[in-house]
Amino acid sequence: MGKKLLLQYDHIPGINTFEVYRQNNGYKSVEKALKTMKPEEIVEQVKVSGLRGRGGAGFPTGMKWSFLAKPEGVARYLVCNADESEPGTFKDRYLMERIPHLLIEGMITSSFALGANTSYIYVRGEYFYIIKILQKAIKEAYAAGFLGKNILGTGYDLDLFVQPGGGAYICGEETALIESLEGKRGNPRIKPPFPAIAGLWGCPTVVNNVETIAAVVPIVNDGGEAYAAIGIGKSTGTKLISASGHINKPGVYEIELGVPVEEFIYSDEYCGGIRNGKKLKAVVAGGSSVPILPTELILKTANGEPRLMSYESLGDGGFATGTMMGSGGFIAMDEDTSVVKNLFTFARFYHHESCGQCSPCREGTGWMEKILKKFIDGKATLKDIDLLWDIQSKIEGKTICPLGEAAAWPVAAAIRHFRPEFEEYVNNPQSIHDVKHYFRLNGLVEA
Amino acid sequence: MTETKPQIQFSLEALQQVHEILLQYPADKSKSALLPLLHLAQAEFGGWLSAETMDYVASILKIQPIEVYEVASFYSMYNLKPVGKYLIEVCQTSSCWMCGAEDIVRYLEKKLQVETGQPTQDGMFQIKTVECLGSCGTAPMFQIGDKYYENLTFEKIDTILDELRAENKYSRYV
Repeated sequence: MGKKLLLQYDHIPGINTFEVYRQNNGYKSVEKALKTMKPEEIVEQVKVSGLRGRGGAGFPTGMKWSFLAKPEGVARYLVCNADESEPGTFKDRYLMERIPHLLIEGMITSSFALGANTSYIYVRGEYFYIIKILQKAIKEAYAAGFLGKNILGTGYDLDLFVQPGGGAYICGEETALIESLEGKRGNPRIKPPFPAIAGLWGCPTVVNNVETIAAVVPIVNDGGEAYAAIGIGKSTGTKLISASGHINKPGVYEIELGVPVEEFIYSDEYCGGIRNGKKLKAVVAGGSSVPILPTELILKTANGEPRLMSYESLGDGGFATGTMMGSGGFIAMDEDTSVVKNLFTFARFYHHESCGQCSPCREGTGWMEKILKKFIDGKATLKDIDLLWDIQSKIEGKTICPLGEAAAWPVAAAIRHFRPEFEEYVNNPQSIHDVKHYFRLNGLVEA
Repeated sequence: MTETKPQIQFSLEALQQVHEILLQYPADKSKSALLPLLHLAQAEFGGWLSAETMDYVASILKIQPIEVYEVASFYSMYNLKPVGKYLIEVCQTSSCWMCGAEDIVRYLEKKLQVETGQPTQDGMFQIKTVECLGSCGTAPMFQIGDKYYENLTFEKIDTILDELRAENKYSRYV
């Protein structure tokens, strides 16, 4: 069993309540931080820990924190990004639903480190039942003196609020999230200035993912070095992986970074292998945005080394033969899955979610969906494969925010690794068009 | 330009919630309350946002109606047209597709005898296909109001629809 830092008390009944959470070492990091540490010492420990943003970008958290401007007399804000919307990702939901106090504890400790006296948790609107869980937990924390004025008699004040989104993937992009929190459309801002200089209401702001903020708790409790000792190389600590698709045991797993991908897929500790005795065809390892890899490349790198669940190993080979850790949304597809049809669902998703500010993304995502629909309908020609490639290549790097890349990368990777399947859709659409080919349900039959 | 006063009014309970929501932001930043207030308004006024409802929200926040319209039309959870009492939001992205989301939609359409996007004749249900709801490990799934229905089977759907028909309330997130 790998070491668990976030979900170690997950199995304890009532861990969602303040009382039980507190009995299981809960809120210790708040006591330690507020009573014995200076804010800059906490930032230093987070730097030492090597923690990288768990939302998808993987940017070093300590460095992000150290960029925060601290002008005299100006409020600073910590905003938690709980807008989890990347297809394949449901770890933050799991954590907030099961152990809401871990996030609240992380918010208090992190807010203290950053000098914020008001903080927000921005939760995607569809997670309204989670919002209710968080609000209840926050109320408990206020009642116990961990939020509000003069926390634990230390003189530190913090108010913590939950803000619902309205249903928009783009609000997971930090400047779009800030716009949304200001009551506007979720249009990403042009950077610079970065939120660390001018974020929420123009004030210095740090935006961090739920899992990132939760990870601050063990880092403060045990020290940054202890955290950095877990994992492999620059991939320190643990990571929550959302596993879905055609596996025997879908769910959220906390792994020590560095677990071999093969072990993650086939061992009973994690995914438990592929459903119904089928073979694995492909994996999207880090949420819909990252390049899909065929079985041989997800299990082993191009050099024949075992591929590991780490930022470096998943990225090994660049986009030619590798992929990315992303958000840890691990989608496994069995041998009967149509990579083209799955790609179509991604393209439809990105077209729907493009905010429309930048032409390459607004128009490109629409065209990619339209052309992929032609493949599904058996109306595509071989030239359409090249057209798709051409369109995706004209989005990357030409937009304000990374949604453009997120839409382009999966298209490029699918063509790169599964071109014959696109050709099959053109040359022999009937063979692929059997509806049963798509819908093998667990016990479900065609209605 | 003449201003028409909206004829609608939040319930006392909802007004209390509005008051609490406004306390979450600095006094001069009350526009931040727009998204939560729109959710509340949608729940209070029949499951959708009419121009009158949006004007009312604008008047509470002392902002221009256009500032409300442009936000309401951006986010997918706000309905700008009336919908069935129970809006069944079926996730159709990747993992849900792989686990049979299209079958779920087809089954619902057949059972309710209605096309996706249209309310049933009695106004009770409406099917809507939506993008990833963060329930990939428990696919296929749909959301109705603030409730997630996961690992769906046709039998489960039958039971859910029967229960909702008996309950006969508007689905709401808030």
